Amino acid sequence: MTLFDLRLQDIHSQLRSKELSVIDLVNEAFAKIGERDERIGAYLTLNEDGARAEAARLDDKLARGEDLGLLFGLPIGVKDNMVTEGLLTTCASQFLSNYDPIYDGTVITKLKQADSVLVGKLNMDEFAMGGSNENSSFHPVRNPWDLNRVPGGSSGGSAAAVAAGEAYFALGSDTGGSIRQPASYCGVVGLKPTYGLVSRYGLVAFASSLDQIGPITKNVEDAAFLLQAIAGYDPKDSTSAQVEIPNYASALTGDIAGLRIAVPKEYLEGVDPQIKASVMEALRLLESLGAVWEEVSLPHTEYAVAAYYLLASSEASSNLSRFDGVRYGVRADHAGSLIDLYHESRSQGFGPEVKRRIMLGTYALSSGYYDAYYLKAQKVRTLIKQDFDQTFEKYDVIVGPTTPTTAFSLGSQVDDPLTMYLNDILTIPVSLAGVPALSIPCGFADGLPIGLQMIGKAFDESTILRLAHAFESNTDHHKRRPAL
Amino acid sequence: MSIETKDVEHVAKLARLNLTDEERDMFTEQLNAILQYAEKLNELDTEDVEPTTHVLRLSNVMREDIVQESLAQEKVFRNAPEEEDGQFKVPAVLE
Repeated sequence: MTLFDLRLQDIHSQLRSKELSVIDLVNEAFAKIGERDERIGAYLTLNEDGARAEAARLDDKLARGEDLGLLFGLPIGVKDNMVTEGLLTTCASQFLSNYDPIYDGTVITKLKQADSVLVGKLNMDEFAMGGSNENSSFHPVRNPWDLNRVPGGSSGGSAAAVAAGEAYFALGSDTGGSIRQPASYCGVVGLKPTYGLVSRYGLVAFASSLDQIGPITKNVEDAAFLLQAIAGYDPKDSTSAQVEIPNYASALTGDIAGLRIAVPKEYLEGVDPQIKASVMEALRLLESLGAVWEEVSLPHTEYAVAAYYLLASSEASSNLSRFDGVRYGVRADHAGSLIDLYHESRSQGFGPEVKRRIMLGTYALSSGYYDAYYLKAQKVRTLIKQDFDQTFEKYDVIVGPTTPTTAFSLGSQVDDPLTMYLNDILTIPVSLAGVPALSIPCGFADGLPIGLQMIGKAFDESTILRLAHAFESNTDHHKRRPAL
Repeated sequence: MSIETKDVEHVAKLARLNLTDEERDMFTEQLNAILQYAEKLNELDTEDVEPTTHVLRLSNVMREDIVQESLAQEKVFRNAPEEEDGQFKVPAVLE
């Protein structure tokens, strides 16, 4: 039992009764980082001085008896694609290895307003492209449950840091599964909110119609609190949704009687038998708690990965054109002309996966191929979205596995991009539909965590949080910790 | 459709990337594999299907046209690889 195993409310009551101070919490984070991160590799940049100064400010606030923010005193790690003023933001890319942002992203401003303490910036696949964290251009991240396995990606550092107790919680970003898949591989809770719920201002863009920031936490309650702190309309993000933000924690009632669950048969095909067994056991538990479930079909599931890689890569090829070596980032030396400067800076700055996606996207958008690839994929996206719309006419939640396998070995898929892409087959359709989903631990196979995915209606995060919380309250999977 | 070496070279030029011979051959092979997989989409008849560009169906989000504070020049150039007299410096475009 460490400090970070305490519930948020218990930490807050111990802070108020002076049994604990914010600096104790910050010290706990840096002690664990010092002890473990050499093996895990979750962090790229630490904010040690900043965090200690913030802790002192918060301890003063506490001493003065002022109102405490929602996340008061809690040490948080943030994926390194969210800009932090005065703290390097690299996207795990050589291109941005020296990038010192001049502003805070909206989520960072909100985390500060909620009185949390930023511990550091977390490792990831370069520009959030990848599912294993092996595409970080600095160093890989290792799975806390088995150091020879990947933590998943692209938010691998975020999931590993939470699993290893190196932060109380973390933020990740999800484009095709980059929060849920690493959460599943690392045995933690990961929530991708509805597209538009959380501002993308200050999130370095990968695929703008899909990117969404969300919480990675040890339990569902923490996910509800962290989501509460970051959700909401932001005029600085033109795709930010103007919706009423409910009180997420009040949705955690434990009552799921009568909840209607759809289980897509396509999500159980080709899945590891131990994962399937674990999902079926979870469904029996949910049934015993009063929910009802039925098998359904989402017939366009098999087309999602192809549509996604065309759409996401096309958007990426456009978004990453800003990295030209002129205004920020690492500029190539000795370029003779402006065109050479663009070519050389980009060729030296980007790693292989980023180049591959830029190439794919540029091709799909190029003259003569646009209709065959990009437009076709957008039309298929409509069909995939309709699968979800139709299912949600009759059901409250869709449940299935988060991933077809548990965490794979480091190095086992790096030479085969297509196989790597297919790991995301159960998370990508959700991203294309723009609806919210979370992954919660539902068992172990050979010592590695299994994730259960719960998918909700647009802007109905409350229902998936309620279902996940009821499940968690009746299981012990989330209480297991890796031996480190 | 299959991609040839010359297509990869053309796309690299559009994307402002220099590829080594090794990268060019690797991308030719990998992009072919990925696009071959994408052919799967042609199994679906999408003749009468509207494309989805965005799930929120927003269009032309505007703000009021009022003057707001802008960034200080010192901040704008904080990350500039090279600057001179308040401008980003690059190699000469015209002789």
